[in-house]
Formats: sequence, C-alpha cells, structure tokens
Amino acid sequence: MTISAVTAGPLQAPAGPAGITGSVHSWDLSTGVDGPGTRFVVFTAGCPLRCVYCHNPDTWSGRNGRRMSAAAVLARASRYRRFIGAAGGGLTVSGGEPLLQPAFTRAVLTGAKELGLHTALDTSGYLGTRADDELLDATDLVLLDIKSFDPAIARRVTGRSAAPTLAFARRLAARHQLVWVRFVLVPGWTDDPGDVAAIARFTASLGNVERVDVLPFHALGAPKYAALGLDYPCADVTPPDASQIARVRAAFTAAGLATV
Amino acid sequence: MSASTASPRTETAGIPASPWQGFAPGRWADRIDVRDFIQANITPYTGDAAFLAGPTDRTLALWSRLTAMFPDEQARGIYDADTHTPASITSHAPGYIDREHELIVGLQTDAPLRRAIMPNGGLRMVEGGLAAYGYTLDPAVREIFTRYRKTHNDGVFDAYPAGVLAARRSHVITGLPDAYGRGRIIGDYRRVPLYGVDRLIAAKRAEKAALDAHPSTAEIIRDREELAEQIRALGELAEMAASYGHDVTRPSATAREAIQWLYLAYLAAVKEQNGAAMSLGRTSTFLDIYLERDLREGRLTEQEAQELVDDFVIKLRIVRFLRTPEYDQLFSGDPTWVTESIGGLGRDGRPLVTRTSFRYLQTLYNLGPAPEPNLTVLWSPALPDGFKRFCAQVSVDTSSIQYESDDLLRARWGDDTAIACCVSAMEVGKQMQFFGARVNLAKTLLYAINGGRDENSGVQVGPWLPPLTGDALDYDEVVSRFDTMMDWLAKTYVDALNVIHYMHDKYAYERLEMALHDYGVLRTMACGIAGLSVTADSLAAIKYATVRPVRDDTGLVVDYRTDGEFPAYGNDDDLADDIAVGLVRTFMDKVRQHETYRNALHTQSVLTITSNVVYGKHTGNTPDGRRAGAPFAPGANPMNGRDRHGMVAAALSVAKLPYSHAEDGISLTETITPAALGRTPAEQVDNLVGVLDGYVACGGFHMNVNVLDRATLVDAMDHPERYPQLTIRVSGYAVNFVRLTREQQLDVVSRTFHESV
Repeated sequence: MTISAVTAGPLQAPAGPAGITGSVHSWDLSTGVDGPGTRFVVFTAGCPLRCVYCHNPDTWSGRNGRRMSAAAVLARASRYRRFIGAAGGGLTVSGGEPLLQPAFTRAVLTGAKELGLHTALDTSGYLGTRADDELLDATDLVLLDIKSFDPAIARRVTGRSAAPTLAFARRLAARHQLVWVRFVLVPGWTDDPGDVAAIARFTASLGNVERVDVLPFHALGAPKYAALGLDYPCADVTPPDASQIARVRAAFTAAGLATV
Repeated sequence: MSASTASPRTETAGIPASPWQGFAPGRWADRIDVRDFIQANITPYTGDAAFLAGPTDRTLALWSRLTAMFPDEQARGIYDADTHTPASITSHAPGYIDREHELIVGLQTDAPLRRAIMPNGGLRMVEGGLAAYGYTLDPAVREIFTRYRKTHNDGVFDAYPAGVLAARRSHVITGLPDAYGRGRIIGDYRRVPLYGVDRLIAAKRAEKAALDAHPSTAEIIRDREELAEQIRALGELAEMAASYGHDVTRPSATAREAIQWLYLAYLAAVKEQNGAAMSLGRTSTFLDIYLERDLREGRLTEQEAQELVDDFVIKLRIVRFLRTPEYDQLFSGDPTWVTESIGGLGRDGRPLVTRTSFRYLQTLYNLGPAPEPNLTVLWSPALPDGFKRFCAQVSVDTSSIQYESDDLLRARWGDDTAIACCVSAMEVGKQMQFFGARVNLAKTLLYAINGGRDENSGVQVGPWLPPLTGDALDYDEVVSRFDTMMDWLAKTYVDALNVIHYMHDKYAYERLEMALHDYGVLRTMACGIAGLSVTADSLAAIKYATVRPVRDDTGLVVDYRTDGEFPAYGNDDDLADDIAVGLVRTFMDKVRQHETYRNALHTQSVLTITSNVVYGKHTGNTPDGRRAGAPFAPGANPMNGRDRHGMVAAALSVAKLPYSHAEDGISLTETITPAALGRTPAEQVDNLVGVLDGYVACGGFHMNVNVLDRATLVDAMDHPERYPQLTIRVSGYAVNFVRLTREQQLDVVSRTFHESV
C-alpha cells in the first residue's frame, strides 16, 4: 500500500507558455532553506551532474518526474499567495536541474512574477547558457551552487567541468543579477583550502553576490541511494564539525563576502 | 541580562493615598468591569525586548530551593501529600518556600509540593492517587466521604444510563471528567486586586437579592444557592489571605499588592478545586497598569518589577494536584494548565501588548524553560513587530509557548478573552465551559463497518447494523452507516456530559471561581473529537483506493487490505482535507441536536492533549493502514509521516477546519528543526514570525511550536538527568519531556520533525 499526496484533479494544459509541460519531481513549502522566507518550491526532475554528495539522487532522472504543465504548477503556487504575502517568501524552481527544462522553468518563473511572487532559481549553473534573458529577467534571485573552482576537483565531485558554472556566474554579474552562492562543504571532497580560497576570490570579484551559504554536508540522503539501489560515494563521510565549518566560512568572509 | 545582586526590598515609600489614584476613571469604577479598566488605563508597548532585566540573586536562590526538590518529586511521582485534610480555601495553615525571601506568598498546603486531597470530585481519584505513591488515606476522611458525604463521582455513576456506561467501557468515549474535577473555568482573578473582596461580596449580594423577586423554580433555587456559596467562598478567600498577612477586603494599592491579591485569588481556587485545567486568564496587561504606575511614581525599578513577576511565576510553576496513574496516561507530565493568555489586540486595533507581556515571557529565561504556566500568545499579524520577534525568539530558544489566533478569538468572543487549558476560549468573568473530553471518531468508523460491534472485544456497543457484505468497502455505504453511528455517538455523548455537569455543579461546585464571574454566565458544552486525521485518511482510502475488510471467524472485521493510492490529510490536498472538514461539520451538527444541561452552547474541539496515545491503544486496525494500538496523531495534526509537503502545507490543511464548527479550538503541534527555519538565528526568528503571520492570515487557529532536533529528545530519553528543564509542546500544553511515560516519549520522537533535507 502506498499513500500518495500528489495533487489530484485534472488540470488541463492551456495553450501558450503556461501550457508548456515539464517533468516535475515534487513540490514543497519550505521555510528558510530555498531562498528568503517561506517558499513554494518546485523540484524539477533530471540533472546532468552526479554530485557525489547529492542528497536528492531521486531527482537525477527525468523519468522520475510527473508531467505537469506550468499552469498546473502556478495554480498550486497561487494557493499560497496569501500565506506567502503574510509570511514573506516566494517561489523557487529547484531540482534536479531546472535549466535542463529551460522553457518550462521560464514559464513557471514568468508566471510567478505575474502572480506577484518573489522568484528564485536554484541551479548549478552548468547549463547556464540555456537560461535566456527572459528567464533571468523573471528571476529575482539566483541560488548558484558553486562546487569547485579547480577543474580536477569539479570533475571528481560532479563528474563534469566547472567552467560553464563560472561562465554563468560571470554572465549574472554582468547583468547585475542578485545571487546567493551556495557552497556545500564535504570533508575530503570540497574542503581543499586552496580551492575554497579560489572560489571565495572568484565570488568576491563578481560584485553581485549578496551572501554565501556554507552548507555542511549531511547524510540524510543516504537512504535514498539505498532505495534506488545506488552506491553512495559519501557513505563514509562524516559531516563537518563546527571548526571545519567556521574555517570555510572565514575563508569567504576574508574575501569580503557576507557568509552564513 | 545577567544576574544582578540582590535588591534589598525597601518598604514601599509613598503608597498612593487611594488605591485608584492615578488611574483614568471610567465605567469600571461604578461596576465590576475589568475590561473597561484595562482599556482606560493600558500603556501599549511597541518596542523590543532590550529593556528587560535578568534574574536577581534572590530569585535564583529561591528557585534553586525548589529545583533541588524536583528530582525527588520526579523519582517518587509526588514529593509529599497531606492524607488527613480535605482541602478547602482555609484548610491549611500558611505555607512558605523561604518566608524571609519570598515577595509573593501563598501555597496550596502548608509546605511546597505537598499535595492536598480534594475528595469532592471523587474519592477514588484521591485513594488511587495516594496508593500509587505509597500513601494511605486517613480512615476518618474515607468515612466522611463514603458514609456522610457523597462525591461528584458517586453522583455521576448513580445517574449514568447503561448506554453511556457501555460506550465508556469500550473507550469510544474516554477521558470524561466523571471521577475528577472538570476544570476549564477561569475566575476573573483580576477583580480581587482591582475591587477588593468587600466590593465583590456586595455585588454578589445584590445579584442574589435581585433573584428574590423571581418565583422559586428549580433553576432559581439553584442560582440562589450558588450565589450564597460564592459569597461564602469570597469570605474564605479574605480569611485565607489574612492568614498570610494580607487584607484583600480592600483594593490593592501597589503593584506588589496587585500581584499578591491576584495570586491569592487564584490560590483560593487551586486550594479547593483539582480541575483538569486551572487556568489563570489574561493577567499580564492588567498587572502592567499597576507596575507602570509604580515605575512612573518611583516605587519600583525595572529590576524590581521583573523580580515580582518572576516570584509570581515561581508560584504558578509549583501548583500541584494529586492524580492517578490512569489520569497521567490521558494527561501526561503532571500538567495543571495554568494557562495565561498574552498579547492580542483590542477591538479598537490597539495592541494589548505591554512591557509586562514581555516580562512574563522573560521568566522563561530568568528561571529557565518550563511547561507551566502555559504561556499562550494571542497572535495577530497586526501585533507590534518587537513583540512578535521576541515571542519567536522565545520559541526558538525554549519551545515553551503556544500561539492562538487573536483574529479569530477577538471576532468571536471579544478582546478580553483568555484560553482555558489548551485551546478553549472564554471571555474572562463572563463565560465558562462544561469540559467534555472527547469521543473517538476512528473507533466510531470501525463500529460503522462492524455494525456497532467493538473491533477489539466483539461486544455490541453501538446500534446494530446488518453485516457488510461484498469484497471491497463501498464508500457511500460506509459513509451512510458512519452517519448512523455518529448519530448514536452524539446522543450518548451529550447524555454523558449532561449527567456529569449536573453532578459536578451539585457536589463539586467551583464556588470561588464562579464568584469571580458575572451572574448570567455564558456556558458552553465543550465536546471534542479525537482521531480526526486517521478517520479522514481511512475514508480517503475507502474512497480513492480499494479497501478489503479482513474478518475473523466470528465475522468481525479486524483488519483491512488496502490497494492503490489515496490522498492523505495534511498536504493541502482538498480531496483528503474536504473529508476532514466534513467530519468536523457533521459531528458538530449532530451534537447540536441534543439538549444540553443549563442550555449550554454546543461547541467542540479537535484536541487530544496527550490522549492520542491511549486512544490509539484502544483502537483496532484502521483502513488507512494504521496498525491496531498505534497512536493517533495529536489534535488536528496529520498522521505522522503522511504530510509530505512541509510544515506549511500541513498547517494549511489544518487551517481549513472551520472554527465556526469547532469553537472550543483546533490544535496543531509542529516540531521544526532549527535549520528548517533558517540559516542564522535572526533568520529563524524572522521566518517563524512569517509562518505565524501566514498561518493566522489563512485562518489557522492554534499552533504549538517546538524548535528541536530529534537527537536532543533521543539523548534526553537515555539521560533524563541531563535535561531536567527540557520542555516540549504537546497538544495544547507543554511538558517536561523527561516526565512523559516512555510510550509517550516514543510517540513524540516518532512524530514528524520538519527538517530541511
């Protein structure tokens, strides 16, 4: 027996941008973790990266999602306008990697702006070239995950190159787009002091980064790997202790960045 | 805000020539009207918490004398009991913690933590309570209350019809106040400092005299006798206060006297009544008027004002009642529900927040977290920002306060409303309730399926219905049978409550508390339902999935095979939530069809206190997949683990339940890890303020907020000695986590913790 909590009710896909469908893993209302305030968060399904510490491996495959129209997502989001209006917050498109489905992501973000919601895009930036200016114009805040500055570390941690993310970061800077950088501290994987310092210098040079979130690795995703029958590369990693976190935060702060 | 050196108590210089000197006049001066006094004299405070003072050495020393006694009390169950003296307002000689160093005096008996016996409610509770802790009741007392004096408990069982007894035995109706004091009556204790007892007695005499013109019907005779008892109780209050050296016949002249008078009035109530909830009311802003006057006129410093509040709260923290282990299963952790309602707005939109609202909350820092008094913030998005942020900060730091929607309360009951117990609103001094515990809705659904037979015992308890045939349960058929079963339940339930409250009025009348009410009080008949989420999910399973009953060899359905997916309550999914809303409306409408004792207004709550565990224990397998004996969710909460879209989506499901059909309150308990509220302490405070604003704006009624990690609770289970003051909110009250039974601790730990993943 399973209990589903999905929204039932047939929502017909209308024509036009809102009729664009995407592969959606799930939605959530979260507070304080996916941008400011309480937010309606759409997790898209599918990601080109395979970060070793990923806590949502169930969002890697686009096949794990449900087809949903942007209109259906927005209808759900609009239910929370009153709550979010009182609580402060907005809508975040997260994933997976939202830019794997740029037209859908754009439709959700532009629709959310029309609903009067603050918008955020949570992305690795690896597919930043797929975000057109219209998509970015509809985005109030980019939550940009920078995994590494060093190409070798990036490849080891994500399976891919760091260059596209860095290029996207520069593009956002040129657009004066508000960014929060998110850096996941994984002992033994992303804690190389030289690499951290390089990320901090690069981030500080951009000029559009309001704050850096140093996110300590946690092992809460481990059961998902087991459920998916996947090996968990971080099975032996111990979450960083307070002093390790403080050291990395200090590296960002030393570069002149507001760090939490 | 660190501890400062002890402030030597200078005897108050320049006591006002008249107790009301400096107060703005108004209607309140000519008649008993505390609300009008507050409205005329309040100084709303819109600033932040920076002005607050820490504890003095004297406060800390006094508090540590008590905390040193708590481990013994916890180990033995009770610290001590007086087995000889049936309690009354004047039954015991004055008691002190440390006479020379107490600012506010008065104990329930002659020593701190020594529990009194109150046999008027029921002798069994007294004898069982004593026996559980190794004490024996004085045989003379036993003789009085068996041979010469009947108790409430005896009266109820003389008059219960057989149907009630059967429903009670099978636990489809549970927790009824038929062997213990009903509580949930708030005396307007503020009247004593404002008016003095002489004036209150005069007003009661006038009310009684006015009845002389009426023919002596049963109702009028009862009213006259009750008023006579009220007058007598006020006299005893003055006598008890005099034994502590205080003359409460006159109004209080200073803030210290006002706090002392108010406390003595409350003390008189808890000396005589072992009510399930003995709530304090809405006192902080009332007392603020006295504190502000003394501060303004140089009689007090901020440190001294806080010290008085701290001392008062110390007294409220050590209210104790003698209860049985069975009672503790229902209401775990030795709660007394000294509920104090803080904040809210006036009808004119002015905040009723004062510096003393902050001072009350500050006691959680000065004395450390504690479950009592049950500090309850009446929340509105329109409250001053500084107060909202301080409340959220206190929640993040102590998990010791609960929130209720001031917007809903004010619209329904006015702006001098206080919470009794957990979520029960009443206009202070004008309204009381007949507490009705609750019925088990999930078990009733199983009765519908089994044609009135109990799924555990097989006994026919409800009305007989023909056995269900067919392979899978048919939603419409089940709903129709459930409707029949709820008709029976509502009738049986109101029957039980009418008997209970008739007898409680007759044998254990709350004469002091009612003396602090107007004549012509509004009474509510506070019914309640347990198992809302498990019932809604079970119906959703029957409707949206395929549920096949599993029968034992007598044909009794004892389990269910459920295939397919179904929506679950708690995800802001209307398919499931509408079922829950329908249940609340339907049962309320059925209750309303039955005449109530003293024409009480029918209300109901969706609240379980901690009885969600014991209700679950007595309920078989349910069609939603819950196993027999497993706990229900507390209050109106979704079932554990089924709310999958976060705390806010769960809260919005609960907010759909209509307050107009649950006017005794709808309880939601949320446990959030700190990280799930935000990355920094300031962000956590901002975001909690936002969540509360959003919830109230969307019609939410009540929220218990715990900000905790599961690991902390697990560690506390293994090492209780390290967590003597770990406080958590359960359904409508707070408890010392380490005082819960292991079963209840496990229930709390297994509940959904909203964490960021």
